[in-house]
Amino acid sequence: MKATDLRGKTAIVGVGLGGLPSAPNRSSMEIQTEAVHHALTDAGLNLSDVDGLFTGSSHAFMPALSTAEYLGIRPKISDTTMIGGSSFVGHLLPAAMALQYGLCDVALICYGSNQGSGFGKLKSMSEPQTYEAPYDPRHPITSYALATARHMHQFGTRREDLAEVAVAARRWAQLNPLAFARDDLTIEQVMASRMVNDPLSKLDCCLVTDGGGALVLVRSERAKDFPKPPVYMLGTAMAHWHRQISSMPDLTVTAAAESGPRAFAMAGLAPADVDVVELYDAFTINTLLFLEDLGFCAKGEGGAFVRGGRIAPGGSLAVNTNGGGLSCCHPGMYGTFLLIEAVQQLRGEAGARQVDNAHIALCHGNGGVLSSQVTALLGDASTL
Amino acid sequence: MNDMTNAFSGPGPDAVFAAYLADGRFMLQRCDDCKKHVFYPRVLCSHCGSPKLTWQPASSQGTVYSTTVVRRKTEQGGDYNVALVDLSEGPRMMSRVEGLAPHEVTIGMDVRAKIIDEPRHGKLLVFMPTQGGGA
Ligand SMILES: [Zn+2]
Repeated sequence: MKATDLRGKTAIVGVGLGGLPSAPNRSSMEIQTEAVHHALTDAGLNLSDVDGLFTGSSHAFMPALSTAEYLGIRPKISDTTMIGGSSFVGHLLPAAMALQYGLCDVALICYGSNQGSGFGKLKSMSEPQTYEAPYDPRHPITSYALATARHMHQFGTRREDLAEVAVAARRWAQLNPLAFARDDLTIEQVMASRMVNDPLSKLDCCLVTDGGGALVLVRSERAKDFPKPPVYMLGTAMAHWHRQISSMPDLTVTAAAESGPRAFAMAGLAPADVDVVELYDAFTINTLLFLEDLGFCAKGEGGAFVRGGRIAPGGSLAVNTNGGGLSCCHPGMYGTFLLIEAVQQLRGEAGARQVDNAHIALCHGNGGVLSSQVTALLGDASTL
Repeated sequence: MNDMTNAFSGPGPDAVFAAYLADGRFMLQRCDDCKKHVFYPRVLCSHCGSPKLTWQPASSQGTVYSTTVVRRKTEQGGDYNVALVDLSEGPRMMSRVEGLAPHEVTIGMDVRAKIIDEPRHGKLLVFMPTQGGGA
């Protein structure tokens, strides 16, 4: 038995979004449920078909119980592994295993949050970090600012390079009718925006929005029985090396340097094979770090790599095609949206932002403060 | 067996570290087996898993690994520094560098630990530039 046995064995047959671009006066559960409904409709299934539940929350202590009760379902297996915003990409692994071993037949991955509108006030379950808290880091931006400062110091990365990431994300968002931020944006505007934690300004930070996402997964052997073209899980790998930023071994190298190669190995693929890239861009530095750590460019060359609109629409590498956390949505945790955008691209249903000939997508989830990293490679039927 | 008793009974490493700090002493754990230092304080060495960790006085010397200015309104106290400091013994810790403006703290700067009284936290470890920082 080996990890590669899971290649292609699980198919995503339904996806759904909820609460985008904003959902005032709606609760997190209501937003999540909207996404679940759309995902099940997309798959041609009913709630009663769901017997595996994979969910997470930053404010609920037992989110699987709350979600299942609200939906009126009785899962045979649930998993709520919480490793931050990457959790939902991470849920691909227990979902794939549960499906493969027959512990369930229809797995639902879901998330929803009203963080943008704040109806009901979010209360984080995050545990205090004893040895950092006395210095009043702002969570999580101070940690990302420290990583950014180190990258700039070590590799000569410039604020303009970070701004390039924000502008590329905005240009993709302008092609996505569900994106929250769609106004024109220039590098100069990002550079001139209010400094929050040097060297990160307001426009280097992801949005705070409402939103929900859901995915329906089945064993691949029955994937062709569903209305939409199936998208297959070719490889997924997780790695985490720290919880708090002061324990990160090297602030310029994330655990994506480990999750990426393992996911590629499971899928039998390399970065050059990838047609669409969805990276968890909580801050502009994330995109640079993950392009480097996942092998799209060499370490330290992320800044140079993104210059000249290379990851924007029309560039040579399509990155964060929905507009990302920077310009599409970021309702507390963004993981489901990486997967959903990849599925829509691989099905060819991404409208104005559709990437031509998209057969293989990479989704990369990040959680905590560059802490947990999960890389997933998805493909259409031609990749099996 | 003595080592096990020390590691798993009595006040834990968090409490011991805090008690030393309250007494004005910056102490670090060093592993008897792999000889590496550990911070934050732990029951097992995070390098090799050994429970044989011995408290030793820290050199208090360090180098700024990264630094940021947290922007804050003047009426709320103004901007402040948050830094990661690599201690000369090896471990890294979060702290802040005092004795100069928050934006004047630079990566690579040599710093020296200082224990201050902080209204909200009691004794707190901060750092001062070694240059002109006095003894
Ligand atoms: Zn040791």
